Amino acid sequence: MSAVMPHPALPLPAAATLLTRQGWAAVAAAVLILAVLVPIFNLAVPKDSLFHLSDYYVGLVGKIMCYAICALAMDLIWGYTGILSLGHGLFFALGGYAMGMYLMRQIGRDGNYQSDLPDFMVFLNWKTLPWHWTFSDSFLFQAAMVVLVPGLLAFVFGYFAFRSRIKGVYFSIITQALTFAAMLLFFRNETGFGGNNGFTDFKRLFGIPITTSHMRVTLFVITGLVLIGFFLMARAIVSSKTGRVLQAIRDAETRVMFSGYDPVAFKLAIWTLSAVMCGVAGALYVPQVGIINPSEMSPAAGIEMAIWAAVGGRATLIGPIVGAVFVNGAKSVFTVAFPEFWLYFLGALFIAVTLFLPDGIVGLVRRLMAARKGSQP
Amino acid sequence: MTTFVAGVLRGVAFAACLGWALAAQALTAEQAARIASGDNDERIAALDDAVARGDLQLAPFVQAILADEVKVAGGRAFIVRDGKAADPVTGAAAALPEGAEDVVNNNRVRRAMESALAGIKLFSPERALRAQAIAELKDQVDESRLGLLEKAEAAEPDAGLKAQLGVLKAAVLISSADRDKRLVAARALAGSSQPATRSLLLERLAANAETDPQVRTELQAALRSVDSRLAWGERLGVVFTGVSLGSILLLVALGLAITYGLMGVINMAHGELMMTGAYATYMVQNFFRQHLPGVFDAYILAAIPVSFLVSALVGAVLERGVIRWLYGRPLETLLATWGISLMLMQTVRTVFGAQNVPVENPSWLSGGVQVLPNLTLPFNRLAILAFTALVLLGVALLIARTRLGLFVRGVTQNRPMAACMGVNTARVDTYAFALGAGIAGLAGCALSQVGNVGPDLGQSYIVDSFMVVVLGGVGQLAGTVYAGLGLGVLNKFIEGYAGAVLAKIAVLVFIVVFIQKRPQGIFALKGRSAEA
Repeated sequence: MSAVMPHPALPLPAAATLLTRQGWAAVAAAVLILAVLVPIFNLAVPKDSLFHLSDYYVGLVGKIMCYAICALAMDLIWGYTGILSLGHGLFFALGGYAMGMYLMRQIGRDGNYQSDLPDFMVFLNWKTLPWHWTFSDSFLFQAAMVVLVPGLLAFVFGYFAFRSRIKGVYFSIITQALTFAAMLLFFRNETGFGGNNGFTDFKRLFGIPITTSHMRVTLFVITGLVLIGFFLMARAIVSSKTGRVLQAIRDAETRVMFSGYDPVAFKLAIWTLSAVMCGVAGALYVPQVGIINPSEMSPAAGIEMAIWAAVGGRATLIGPIVGAVFVNGAKSVFTVAFPEFWLYFLGALFIAVTLFLPDGIVGLVRRLMAARKGSQP
Repeated sequence: MTTFVAGVLRGVAFAACLGWALAAQALTAEQAARIASGDNDERIAALDDAVARGDLQLAPFVQAILADEVKVAGGRAFIVRDGKAADPVTGAAAALPEGAEDVVNNNRVRRAMESALAGIKLFSPERALRAQAIAELKDQVDESRLGLLEKAEAAEPDAGLKAQLGVLKAAVLISSADRDKRLVAARALAGSSQPATRSLLLERLAANAETDPQVRTELQAALRSVDSRLAWGERLGVVFTGVSLGSILLLVALGLAITYGLMGVINMAHGELMMTGAYATYMVQNFFRQHLPGVFDAYILAAIPVSFLVSALVGAVLERGVIRWLYGRPLETLLATWGISLMLMQTVRTVFGAQNVPVENPSWLSGGVQVLPNLTLPFNRLAILAFTALVLLGVALLIARTRLGLFVRGVTQNRPMAACMGVNTARVDTYAFALGAGIAGLAGCALSQVGNVGPDLGQSYIVDSFMVVVLGGVGQLAGTVYAGLGLGVLNKFIEGYAGAVLAKIAVLVFIVVFIQKRPQGIFALKGRSAEA
């Protein structure tokens, strides 16, 4: 036997197409609904018409779409790579704060104290902007921060964590601790992020008033398109060779290592990307909701993102979006109708999904469809 | 008003101890009348005069004036209680003349009387009362009391109290107009170890309080020596609060060390099991208050087993109902137990309300023991320390010496092999989980004595306690002990320099960095089970 075995010609599976014809049709339909129909029904259809879509629902769905981006990011890292992060709330909030700083500067002299500085700084009796606010009046700079701050933090943290092979539950708990520490930091007044009140009372974006219907619909459409864009990107990643390696890492990391791949690089790449996606979601969330404060990075917020992905169905890309819509839709129904029972429902959801629905709603639908096909030969 | 009432109560107790017969120098009827009536300045002067002569019989009389029980008529004072008049000097019953007037005291007179009372108490035969008098006089000394203090110092048999009186005297003299007196006082103050002396010295050293350079040098030297003596108390105080926090963390993490460390179950509801224990303590407290008020102080002894059992029961139900279906899937366990924690919290909110509930320390746990002038160790924290040690000992014995402990260790090390040897692994899991939950209940019972009891009680500890377990290493109790105490002390030390929030952040960063170096914690399991 020769020392070196000849390389066997392994037939690689044919590259999967990004989406099927039906899939593309669905994407096109989604784009049509989000970017054309919603604006028409909200702005053009008269208010008393049956088909009028109220501002409340536009705002709600816009917010939920931001959450769906987070759920998608969570799915890439958890569903496909098997790393449960409880720290995505932090990346979401960091993106939100970066956008919030720009919006605070856009208030100009219209705040309660008619000062050039944001109200909370006047309140703290600060005379000049702190250093990290230097470029906050530039949208481009803050937009870069939306990507760079969560990305860099995730990269540095992930590099050290993955390099020393922290995995599984350890990683989850460490990310939760990181988020917790950041939350405590942002609660402090002297860090220059508005303490527990955070940023609010936004007036303008690009000099245009932020509370008008047109602005709301514009933000809604942008969020919708970003969500669809991220979905297609995620789809491209998971059906690529990289995506296969990620799933292999999820299923048997040591074996991937022994086959000559470096799991650290792959994990780090998807982890950073996922953090950036959350940052972008946060940046889109803040102008629509009108407030960002440290409670967005509480441990509870981070763990809730995991349940969006789990409810919809992990390792399916449509699942997290369905899950985010379902859980947050239920949340807005419950908190209005019976606020007492929301936590019971959420808690039961956590338990029920892990016990009975490991593949989430999408998995359930698939099973039902398969059963129907089976019964009708 | 309350201080006044307290003063009266103390005074009454004091009068009872002293009795009427201890008159060193008799109070004369004329004196009594001068104290009770006339111009305010004259009354205070008469009072100071009587105090300076150490009239012990003055005390009950001043007491009576403060309680508005003295009437004046025809140049004589009478103590009137329950409609019966008595002579203040002899105590004999006397007929109250017609048209007797109430003695009116303004605040200034009242203050003078109260400080006079404390001054008289300096000569009490009871050491405790004298110590109390010194403590009372600390805030209200001025040069008018100097003679009194000197007399008391000369008469004081107890060396400790004598020194305190010396400091008190120096505190008066330090602002004297006489330079030599100030010099002597500054030297005397150097021997003090009271925190109050330090602020006094700082006050004198402030910009234009003391102008004489020589006295200033003496004052600075005194401040240095007081500071160095106080520094020890402060250092020990930091160590003690650190160890105290560490013992609480340890108690909280001990249950986790069993469920997570030994069984590999991530129990995010651990904090809520603590909360359950704290609410069980609250219920026991209420039961004792309503049905057994006589032995209310003992409620905590009953609460300990009750909180253990309630939490253990909840834990057993959770294990049987939810967690056992998720063994081997730690991430799902994490999410499911988080769901459980949400439901437990909401249940408590529904039943007890979202507000914190009051849990009272039993009287023998309130207060503390004063080790140094600026270091008091609260009894409840000491009790928690001892309690933690007991629980730790109990758990260690249970794991190392009992049959259940043997089974738990066996199942931890090799589940299939243990099952093959006839161990009912499912039952061992339930017991072990219930044990971990029960210890969480004990932690909740302990926490109810030092902190707020509310629905969010568990949330504030869950991150910390996981940090302890992660740092300590999985599968070891020893690691948990070192990590818990170490983190507690570290936290408090950084807190001294950087404040509470930054300390917490620094500790979290430290743990993240530490895990880089030793991913398995302080104590790593060796052998095959390590990579499982």
